[in-house]
Amino acid sequence: MKITPELIAQHQLTTAEFDKIVALLGREPSYTELGVFSVMWSEHCSYKSSRIHLKKLPTTGKYVVQGPGENAGVIGIGDGWVVAFKIESHNHPSYIEPFQGAATGVGGILRDIFTMGARPIAVMDSLRFGPIVGTPESEHNRRIVEGVVSGIAHYGNCFGVPTVGGECIFEEGYSANPLVNVFALGVCKEDEIFYAKASGIGNPVIYVGAKTGRDGIHGASMASAEFTEESKQKRPNVQVGDPFLEKLLLEACIEAMKTGAIVAIQDMGAAGLTSSSCEMGSRGGVGIDINLDLVPQRETGMTAYEMLLSESQERMLIVAEKGREEEVFRVFRKWGLDAVTIGVVTPDGNLRIRHLGQVVAEIPNPALADEAPKYDRPHNVKPHRRAPLDAPANLPVSTDLSADLLKLVASQDLCSKRWIWEQYDYMVRTNTIVGPGSDAAVVRVKETDQSIAMSLDGNGRYCYLDPREGAKLAVAECCRNLATTGAIPVAATNNLNFGNPERPEIMAQLVEAVEGIAEACTFFETPITGGNVSLYNETLGEGIFPTPVLGIIGLMKTAQPAPVRFVREGADLLLLGGFGKCEDRRFGGTQYAKVILSQLWGLPPRLDMDYEKRVHDAIRALIAADLVESAHDLSDGGLAVALSESSTNEIGATVTMPASQRQDLALFGEAPSRILVSVRDAARAQEIAAKFQVECPRIGATMKGRLQIGDDSKMLIDLSTSDLKLAFEASLPRLLQTHE
Amino acid sequence: MKAGVIVFPGSNCDHDAWYAVNENLHGRAEFIWHDSTSLGDIDAVILPGGFSYGDYLRCGAIARFSPVIKAVKKFAADGGLVLGICNGFQILVEAGLLPGALIRNRDLKFICREVQLSTETPASPFTSALNQGQILRVPIAHGEGQYFADERTLDELESEDRVAFRYVENPNGSAHSIAGILNHQRNVLGMMPHPERACDPLMGSTDGLGIFESMLASLPNAVPVLSR
Repeated sequence: MKITPELIAQHQLTTAEFDKIVALLGREPSYTELGVFSVMWSEHCSYKSSRIHLKKLPTTGKYVVQGPGENAGVIGIGDGWVVAFKIESHNHPSYIEPFQGAATGVGGILRDIFTMGARPIAVMDSLRFGPIVGTPESEHNRRIVEGVVSGIAHYGNCFGVPTVGGECIFEEGYSANPLVNVFALGVCKEDEIFYAKASGIGNPVIYVGAKTGRDGIHGASMASAEFTEESKQKRPNVQVGDPFLEKLLLEACIEAMKTGAIVAIQDMGAAGLTSSSCEMGSRGGVGIDINLDLVPQRETGMTAYEMLLSESQERMLIVAEKGREEEVFRVFRKWGLDAVTIGVVTPDGNLRIRHLGQVVAEIPNPALADEAPKYDRPHNVKPHRRAPLDAPANLPVSTDLSADLLKLVASQDLCSKRWIWEQYDYMVRTNTIVGPGSDAAVVRVKETDQSIAMSLDGNGRYCYLDPREGAKLAVAECCRNLATTGAIPVAATNNLNFGNPERPEIMAQLVEAVEGIAEACTFFETPITGGNVSLYNETLGEGIFPTPVLGIIGLMKTAQPAPVRFVREGADLLLLGGFGKCEDRRFGGTQYAKVILSQLWGLPPRLDMDYEKRVHDAIRALIAADLVESAHDLSDGGLAVALSESSTNEIGATVTMPASQRQDLALFGEAPSRILVSVRDAARAQEIAAKFQVECPRIGATMKGRLQIGDDSKMLIDLSTSDLKLAFEASLPRLLQTHE
Repeated sequence: MKAGVIVFPGSNCDHDAWYAVNENLHGRAEFIWHDSTSLGDIDAVILPGGFSYGDYLRCGAIARFSPVIKAVKKFAADGGLVLGICNGFQILVEAGLLPGALIRNRDLKFICREVQLSTETPASPFTSALNQGQILRVPIAHGEGQYFADERTLDELESEDRVAFRYVENPNGSAHSIAGILNHQRNVLGMMPHPERACDPLMGSTDGLGIFESMLASLPNAVPVLSR
């Protein structure tokens, strides 16, 4: 086929990129080679817009065994054990086909974990959808929610990995660009980690798992462009997942690894066979020669182009020791899976593809994996934002704080997500010490006395107002979630969800957010060990809020942490970190501004990282001193919402606020660095907090049946815990059953 | 007690059952691969939860053709203790060792939550350590756990005192709120809830242990349970 400018454009390659391909090859590429370059150099695979900025992230630390560049990051947890973890997005496919898009998102990240030899023990999801009531798109959004949630459940439940937590937020900008970010974590021994680095000239390259079909061709390129009216036609680009097959693949891979015959292993994810072979070759500085005639195929008459770009799921590529192939085959036969030698490791550094007796592609591996274009896209403008800086004049004063609180607790973002997480098996493998619905999830590692606490957080509103501060706040919140369970944060992964990087004001958001993450992750000593960038989250020119999502893990001795909810009446209630301040300008990104005032303005809450860290140290000290009966960190919705969430189990509280001009701001402001604790011995707790120079006022006591908040002069909020519970728990099922 | 935990392709609660018996009960458990034709020297069989063969076609419909099922049937016919949990219950029903069927939950959604079970009969080797009416907190995690049977079968189960556990609040639409049933000889128990997930204080409940302890106590040459 002749390579025309139209064909090049169809492959989303620029003229300059095409010229670079010609220079690297010393000739024009064939049609097949053009396809290979187009996926490997796509934004999704090459990170060409973000690479130079990702270099700013801290990636090393005392716990880090493996930083970015492998299938997942690896952290040492002691006694010779490690955990591998990473987050990845499946945003574009989940919009086009919610069920399969989300399901294969889970499948993809799970393979990233077990390809390292680690058995997955936990999954979390960060989800963003358009509003499910009140907009013309809401009905469609509800269908996307149902599809995504059942897709995640379908895959994770069958595979047998618990889905232990996550977050779910609804915002206008996600209507046509839902975000599905999936985090997974696995465990293995440090000396049993596997890497995706081919070596040993003459070693066989073995294909294992599902057969190759025509599904998912150009999925990676699809994820690297904006959506248009025609995007629905890309449905065939979304792959179909088979969690049962993946479960077999997991067991077979882990068993095969134990034979000692495996040199390197890599999953076939985005860009399938192409990326797995050229990345393994490139990492090892060797070539790989593959004969496509030997690839197990689900369909007849597939071209080389189709086989190379297929994103059929549940496949892996293995380099084994020459002469020990049978040991590998035997394991895969036991599990009823295909395992076929399709190629060989060569000394020349080239990816050579043969099909029907001809060489159809021959490309130096580094050209594909390492020489991909790298852009410093223009970003010297203010990050995109349309919101005003100042609060509206005559910011309305709340006339009914109780009604406002009930409305907030029942709102889409803040209400209980039980409807979602009860569809996930969050207990399988019997490691889940704290499951969904808490500040952080906690999963024990049975082989050690350690547990892993984990938290996902992102706040698009904050990041829209100030990407740098918003990103720092997300890091701080994750670390606070972990500290609240008693864990020490040790490492992070991030998923950067942004719009079109070719627009300087969007690129500026990305750069600011990355720099904010770098600053905060350095400060909190949580190096980034891997992650994912998802750009072009735009439809018809409308982009999402900039949404960096952080996944941070912490270590703790295995024990049952204090619950989020109050446990008994009559316990002293402390606000570790103090009331904080909330100015008008810093109120515009709050849930109160969103839900009650329907406005967005100003700046995100002010973060003092040094103080934040002292609060974390203080809560861990309180937990270590065995003083804490319940603990819940303050975040979206502020103090009043945190009190409500802790009051949904029949024990409420009576709380006295300091005098203030604006109690609505004091109750619903979202200042960070605050944790609500009910304690056994208030005086001792306050002494400990003082040692860390952290404010720790006693704000009241727990009581049966009601949440009452007042100040010196009057009652501000007075609600029964059963009303709060009903508002909190009944909301999401009701919203999803809305018929407009 | 030496328990054999059957592993089908797609079983995913096999490790949990193994761990509960070995670590929480201080018994002994070993895995038995589904294509085994004999069970070896064991005192009890556990068919664990999961998605055997992906639960394609119908839950348990393919697993019942596994070679090991023949051995399990013989073991049961000889009076051996067989416990099917969740997918294991579905397989026992498909294999004809227990009556009835398990169909999609009433609300058509997978449900994972801790529920309360009422112990309906202490007269079985699985419930002898429990009291009549004793309430157990045990998790469920299934999409197809609605117990269904014709009236005659239900009447028979009731009149023969073969309903082992009932849900206090029926989560899935099961007939007669049935959560677990016994066979006629009372040596086969199938239940949708997961007792192996309620054997460790860190998991929030140890109410499931009573079932395993009952099994232990019913075995000949049973040794007393170690204190926990």
